[in-house]
Amino acid sequence: MKYPDFNHTIPIDNVGVEERVSRLNKRSIKKESKVQALKLALSMIDLTTLEGKDSPGKVIQLCKKAKQPHPSMPNLPTVAAVCVYPSMVGVAKKELKGTDINVASVATAFPSGQAPLSMRLEDTKYAVSEGADEIDMVISRGAFLKGDFELVFDEIAAVKEACGDAHLKVILETGELYTYENVRKASDLAMHAGADFIKTSTGKMSPAATQPVTLVMLEAIRDFYYKTDKMIGMKPAGGIRTAKQAIQYLVIVKETLGAAWLTNEYFRFGASSLTNDLLMQIVKQDTGHYQSLDYFSAD
Amino acid sequence: MSNNTETKDAPYKPTSPNSKLDFESVWEYAPAPQSSDFVEVKEQYNLFIGGKFVKPSKGRYFKSTNPATQEEITEFAEATQKDVDNAVKAARKAYEGEWSRISAKERGKYLYRIARMLQERAREFAVLESMDGGKPIRESRDVDIPLVAAYFFYYAGWADKLEYAFPGKKPKPLGVCGQIIPWNFPLLMLAWKIAPALACGNTVVLKPAETTSLTALKFAELVKDCGLPDGVINIVTGAGQTGAEIVNHKDIDKVAFTGSTNVGKIIQKSLAGTDKKYTLELGGKGALVVFEDAPIDQAVEGIINAIYFNQGHVCCAGSRLLVQEGVADKVIAKLKDRLETLIVGDPMDKNTDIGAINSKEQFETVNKYLELGVEEGADIYQSKCDIPDNGYFIRPTLFTNVSQSNRVVQEEIFGPVLTVQTFRTADEGIEKANNTPYGLASGVWTDKGSKIFKMGSKMRAGVIWANTYNKFDPTSPFGGYKESGVGREGGLHGLAAYTKI
Repeated sequence: MKYPDFNHTIPIDNVGVEERVSRLNKRSIKKESKVQALKLALSMIDLTTLEGKDSPGKVIQLCKKAKQPHPSMPNLPTVAAVCVYPSMVGVAKKELKGTDINVASVATAFPSGQAPLSMRLEDTKYAVSEGADEIDMVISRGAFLKGDFELVFDEIAAVKEACGDAHLKVILETGELYTYENVRKASDLAMHAGADFIKTSTGKMSPAATQPVTLVMLEAIRDFYYKTDKMIGMKPAGGIRTAKQAIQYLVIVKETLGAAWLTNEYFRFGASSLTNDLLMQIVKQDTGHYQSLDYFSAD
Repeated sequence: MSNNTETKDAPYKPTSPNSKLDFESVWEYAPAPQSSDFVEVKEQYNLFIGGKFVKPSKGRYFKSTNPATQEEITEFAEATQKDVDNAVKAARKAYEGEWSRISAKERGKYLYRIARMLQERAREFAVLESMDGGKPIRESRDVDIPLVAAYFFYYAGWADKLEYAFPGKKPKPLGVCGQIIPWNFPLLMLAWKIAPALACGNTVVLKPAETTSLTALKFAELVKDCGLPDGVINIVTGAGQTGAEIVNHKDIDKVAFTGSTNVGKIIQKSLAGTDKKYTLELGGKGALVVFEDAPIDQAVEGIINAIYFNQGHVCCAGSRLLVQEGVADKVIAKLKDRLETLIVGDPMDKNTDIGAINSKEQFETVNKYLELGVEEGADIYQSKCDIPDNGYFIRPTLFTNVSQSNRVVQEEIFGPVLTVQTFRTADEGIEKANNTPYGLASGVWTDKGSKIFKMGSKMRAGVIWANTYNKFDPTSPFGGYKESGVGREGGLHGLAAYTKI
């Protein structure tokens, strides 16, 4: 594959991107199309806990939620994956055995990535050896902003190699990249270096995922697909809390990349509280009434 | 009768996309219809003259239909010479009477009141506009009606500050203004005409287009409710003949017309030798110049807005795409994909992007141009979207493989039809952009600021948008070079067109 010159910047017009998003947000999603979207969104969640205080107990409870989001509606789809720190991968893997739910692990000195490459690769290998199906790595934002694109590229390629068969999601931490043009460039870089997914944020800083940033990344994925026939997945993460937001994201995906990306194989939400809002809305569509949050499990 | 048969019998077939992307989704949007049961439409509307709704002197009415369903909505009175004369007399009486006696501040208050009442009833007006004219409710709700209120608010502010608008002058009103407006933005064009006229102290006789008179008469009801002195605003309905009666009436001081260049020329001829002032806002064939260094995905979105907004029924529509050779294939491929996601259909559905062609007549005109383009040897591309069986609908269309000598490139089609040409250098882009008898609006897409200014100073168009298109604001003047018109509307320029200074 021919690599683009990453010193060349692809121009992005901020106003145009934001206008496009606001127009897409005007799509009115009602009735059966809403129910369908809510269930689709539920199936795309990477149910996440990434805290210093995470314990096996907490992770086991989260896995149970992943398997059975709402016991009174047993036929709902399960979430796509459970996302944890490497030290919790073994626990999650055991708990999710026999299900289709993947275990995703953040790695590479998440969230800052400020550790020597050798340690970041060890981190990755450890997570994979514990059974992680997916690795969420962070890029070296400092090196990227400094213009050291080759280094960032090589690091991603090295992590990809360390992943073996595990899928690689590359977190750009777009909140630290500041411009849409940087987001575009980092997306191109990650895809060419071997990312299976590109992901907006760690969720550890604000702003996390935004819809305009997601659109820019989806357009990068589209251009990459035009050029290489290879489908790359997308994962906005952080700050997506409501069913309404989730549906807006799905509209953006549908009208930018089409039907093929509307599956959890190619689109994920990195979120935790989103699950219960989706469940609440699904129950509302089913019964016509909102139930209090007390009726939904807190894990 | 289904109009679709006409399209199916056309000498071309809708092309199917060759994209790798598949927009036929497993997840389709369910219909999201805007409710309209709260809107009252009478069976018949009369003329609004001297503050009263009066029957037409000859007792004739004409039907108005919903272009999306071909159902009759209501009927409007046909104003003949006597009615127009009565309207002008009422306007003259108001001009010389109460309207000239009240203070400028009071005039402004009336305009503010109209603006607020329009905002309060915004959804009702949006629904009526879509029902009568076929434009998507998303546009009438989010563009037309908010702009209508904005123009009234803007000119309300000027009413008592005219001496600051024209420092050192004592601006005086012109008198009775005859105003004739088109069918593409019915209420918005009414606002462009009435707001500055009233702010400057004139009175008006306005004729809406015969296919879209509904919101003008609803507006008349609003005017009555707001207590504006009788005769300040008079609304007469009818077709071309009614318009001619207004233009040729000897007691009209100013004619303001928005419409086709052909009619504009007739008006200009009939005004020659009179002391009537006039402003004409006519046709266009806007060029969209896309450079290699443009933000491509946003340029594609701009092109979509430029040509498919309001079914392409926009005088300033960007109907000629000029794209630099290096990115032409990419832009065309992306445009084709984007066409697939445009939703064509019921104007009252909140998700509709392209509604119904305004009238049977216009539907036939656009279809004629589609056939003509093919006969001229152009490659036609249409999205494969479903369109309703009834009503006047046309799929968004691209013509590639065209040149300056094609009629589809030269003539204003006034429909969802874009022609695509390429250029190599900026000079060639400018030459092609200017090579038209029109000069209303143009767009430039480039990442380079200096190029925007260079293009802006060399392109002969009244409005030039950079990296965007179809942005309107009451503070900004609007109008054309060459055969696109005479005079400016909007902003201070628009105010000057209604004053003696």
